[in-house]
Amino acid sequence: MYRFLFSSLPVLWLALFVLPVNFAVAAEMQIEIDIPKLDVAEYHRPYIALWIEHPDKRAVTHLSVWYDTAMKNGGGEEWLKDLRQWWRRGGRDLSMPVDGISGATRPAGKHHLRFGSDHAVLAKLTAGNYVLVVEAVREVGGREVLNIPFQWPPKEIVSISAKGERELGLVKMTLNQ
Amino acid sequence: MKKKVFLLCSVLLLSFSAQAHRAWMLPSATVFSGKEPWLTVDAVIGNELFYFDHVPMQLTGLTITAPDGTTIQPENSAKGRLRSVFDVPLKQSGTYRLTVLNQGLFASYEENGETKRWRGTADSFAQAGIADKKALKVLEMMSRIETFVTSGKPDTRTLSATKQGLALQPITHPNDLAVNEAAVFQFLLDGKPLSDLSVSIILGGTRYRDKTEEQILTTDKEGKINIRWTSAGMYFLETDYKDDQTSIKEAKERRLSYSATFEVLP
Repeated sequence: MYRFLFSSLPVLWLALFVLPVNFAVAAEMQIEIDIPKLDVAEYHRPYIALWIEHPDKRAVTHLSVWYDTAMKNGGGEEWLKDLRQWWRRGGRDLSMPVDGISGATRPAGKHHLRFGSDHAVLAKLTAGNYVLVVEAVREVGGREVLNIPFQWPPKEIVSISAKGERELGLVKMTLNQ
Repeated sequence: MKKKVFLLCSVLLLSFSAQAHRAWMLPSATVFSGKEPWLTVDAVIGNELFYFDHVPMQLTGLTITAPDGTTIQPENSAKGRLRSVFDVPLKQSGTYRLTVLNQGLFASYEENGETKRWRGTADSFAQAGIADKKALKVLEMMSRIETFVTSGKPDTRTLSATKQGLALQPITHPNDLAVNEAAVFQFLLDGKPLSDLSVSIILGGTRYRDKTEEQILTTDKEGKINIRWTSAGMYFLETDYKDDQTSIKEAKERRLSYSATFEVLP
């Protein structure tokens, strides 16, 4: 393994000089989301959507949407529109479920997501300024949207976070070169 | 019977004096997701927005246009003392247009010293045989009450305005309205842009505030208004117009009104 790594290093360096732009785009994104534990009369796990908004606000790149996927006949899709901003920014254009994007709701606690450089979403992301948007909405509860602006590809390892007040705890995004 | 007469009077009043009451449909929501969501609608003629404080709207003139252009029937229609209700299963993805069209001729004349009233259509007027009556006054009326709802992705197939009477041609999609954004709506009279038309826009929830907070906008040369939504909620839009483009010569005046309900999301 190590031998493979070392032996391939010169090739990597060569690639960096020959194809500086393309290679730089091959960075990875890690996201940590804290779903707060709430002391409420009726608790349901939140629906959460994560997406990357492009500078023109129109185009979006979907990362994840967590909703009630266990209900019969796609019954959980009935409330997808309550992720209001996500719905309007492109959720309504998708036909659920979407491979690699849709998933089940998650319990309170910290959740880690990693989008590697080989991930289809990041591979298509051209250099520029973007915003990572995280939206959470809870049945019989509230809604919250957090924005994390970032530059892609990262010039160095960067870690940016935003903290929610009600429906979301700390959301931390780390970009590795 | 008494109730029927009362309701008819209300409808007549509404048609003769467009400002007397507000006619509206209140959709349970305007943006839907999922396989086959259900819409339910209250239809009311009343004063406060959006409360049931006067009489139910008659639904005989209701047309529900599905995204593919076909007409679908309401389900579970019911008329209460204060409101009419109906449900619509949204089986297709796209934008639905709901229209209540009331049109007709209203005549009053004198016979044996008494004032008589008649209501009907341009076709039935000739058969009624009242064209030569004393003190005949005939008024033509056309009121259109609308709302729009979308399941899934909004589309524009049902948005083309009718060429009959006063109509709305949305430029901004009516189910893509958000607070602090602008929306452009165009008004057409018999299919042509209508300029200098005064349009009133009021946010619902009037019971809980002292000011009406009415926005009054005037259409430009292209018949367009530019609305800036200041807060989220259900809005009532209303306008009326009169001219002499009547369908029979005995009617000297045509009165047109248009009202619609729009939801603006946060």
